[in-house]
Amino acid sequence: MAVKKLSKDKVADALKELSKFRLIAPAKSDEVVVFSEITDPEEVCLDYGNSTVPPKKVVFPQTETLFRFVVGNPELEEKNVEEEGTTVIFGLRPCDARAMAIVDKLFSWDYEDPYYLKRRQLTTVVGMACVEPPSMNCFCTSVGGSPFGKEGLDLLLTDMGDYFAVQALTEKGEKLQETLSSHLEEAPADDEKKVEEMEAASKGKIKRSIDTQGIPEKLPGLWDNELWKKVSASCLGCGICTFLCPTCHCFDIQDEVESGEGRRARMWDSCMFSEYTVHASGHNPRPTRRERTRNRISHKYSYYPKRFEVIACVGCGRCINLCPVNIDILDILSQVVDA
Amino acid sequence: MKNPYIPYEVNILDAWYEVPGDRCIKTFKVSFADEKVWDSWSHLPGQCAMVGIPGVGESMFCISSSPTEQGYLRFSIMKAGKNTSALHELEAGDSFYIRGPLGNNFPLEEWKGKNIVTIGGGIGQAPLRPVIQWIRDHREDFGELEVIYGARTSQDHCFKDEFEELNSCGDACCHLSIDVEEEGWPHFVGFVPTLLMEVAPKPDNAIAVTCGPPIMIKFVLENLEKLGFTPDQVYTTLENRMKCGIGKCGRCNVGHLYVCKDGPVFSYAQLKEIPEAFA
Repeated sequence: MAVKKLSKDKVADALKELSKFRLIAPAKSDEVVVFSEITDPEEVCLDYGNSTVPPKKVVFPQTETLFRFVVGNPELEEKNVEEEGTTVIFGLRPCDARAMAIVDKLFSWDYEDPYYLKRRQLTTVVGMACVEPPSMNCFCTSVGGSPFGKEGLDLLLTDMGDYFAVQALTEKGEKLQETLSSHLEEAPADDEKKVEEMEAASKGKIKRSIDTQGIPEKLPGLWDNELWKKVSASCLGCGICTFLCPTCHCFDIQDEVESGEGRRARMWDSCMFSEYTVHASGHNPRPTRRERTRNRISHKYSYYPKRFEVIACVGCGRCINLCPVNIDILDILSQVVDA
Repeated sequence: MKNPYIPYEVNILDAWYEVPGDRCIKTFKVSFADEKVWDSWSHLPGQCAMVGIPGVGESMFCISSSPTEQGYLRFSIMKAGKNTSALHELEAGDSFYIRGPLGNNFPLEEWKGKNIVTIGGGIGQAPLRPVIQWIRDHREDFGELEVIYGARTSQDHCFKDEFEELNSCGDACCHLSIDVEEEGWPHFVGFVPTLLMEVAPKPDNAIAVTCGPPIMIKFVLENLEKLGFTPDQVYTTLENRMKCGIGKCGRCNVGHLYVCKDGPVFSYAQLKEIPEAFA
């Protein structure tokens, strides 16, 4: 599909054009970059490594209403996701887009999840290639991704210096490219080749890696292995590794009632929390952080690939960067390899 | 396609206590508030539903009636937490909400022509009841039906009248037990796995189905092996904390299997491969 050119001095205009949709883009909030709803293109910060919190909340909000009700009235009012309108996520990293493609499999598996899938349908995803690996703990290339990866994206932007190469990847992407056409120009003929070289250079700068070959098959056999106790010993059970993970999709469902009006809502939950699996009887099949850590790693690297043929980790490195006690998933995986 | 998170309202036609006391069990006989739901509803023995009240919550329960019992569904629910306590407050004429049917079922089609033995303990008889009822309603399709059931005391037995009726009509041979001696108890005294060895069903052309507390299941499985049952002749159900019931929310997994969607019915052959199954 055609590659176009977006001059950097036209980015503000292009963003303005896109703000007729619900526009989500990276913006500075205090000292961190977060994907936020943009009203003023000036807020957008494209000069960033990666956002602290992945943009998964755009299609899978941290808390969302499933239906509303009035106590005593049998009518249940289903949440209409359509009201949220057409959305553009602008400038996310290829790993985070790929995470959406991975999580899509879960939410469309057998029972279709109407809330998630409707939002996905309404959302166009515009990625920003990683010319430089955003973090020292990036390892996307070990788990099937690339700093210039296209999976999960509708449109890919690459920073070419004084302009962005804009490549449409899907029908949705072409449509958006069309919307932006007045801000785009023809791209130089040798851009495609240049992008290929830049991708190779960026891949070369990724410092961390793991050979995942055989890990999914090996994990179930390590059930009773000592390593789980060792790798979870310092874990605080804070759950940040799962909340900041772009592929973590587990949720809780809770009912809330105030002054006779209520809603059933779902909210992110974490397999690292002690109450996550506790039965009404009080029995907990995963009573300690050892079992919970084992489940987190096994879910991503064994159970998910067994069911959906893809590892549920995109190598963004957030769980390593932000763990308060420096637990490192690559260290755990290398112990799995050595066990 | 219907939104799988939106429950149906059901009206309680009848409700009664199976078991009194702290861990009381109440059975609800319900029908859809909107009669039209029956047109699209179909379930099989072993399948479950999310049962709850908006504003309180939902929990997963097996449907304890067989689809051959028409015009109603039954749920037998032990009072254990917030949601079940709220459900226990309800009486005939009240309503609650259900989502389902969810999960898989006992493969009764595959069991045609076989002898069936059910081994239940306590509230674990709830998922076995629809199996027994299904067999009674397709009696010519199956061989002998042996029903083994025990609870801590005679008061803790669910579906008391039904066992008597089962025995007297000749559809099944029932063997009942209580854990500790009671005056006037005419049946076996001891634990269910011991009663199983007393009854000693033959494994030839047979299927064994067991549901009950985890410790009972553990010894029942061991004893079935001693009796010569192979793991693919033995079925059980698992339970875990659940929220969505449709394989999305993540928490009910044992290994790579979701109890809510891939289960609750598993063969022992399947579970032997999964160390977390009996955690």
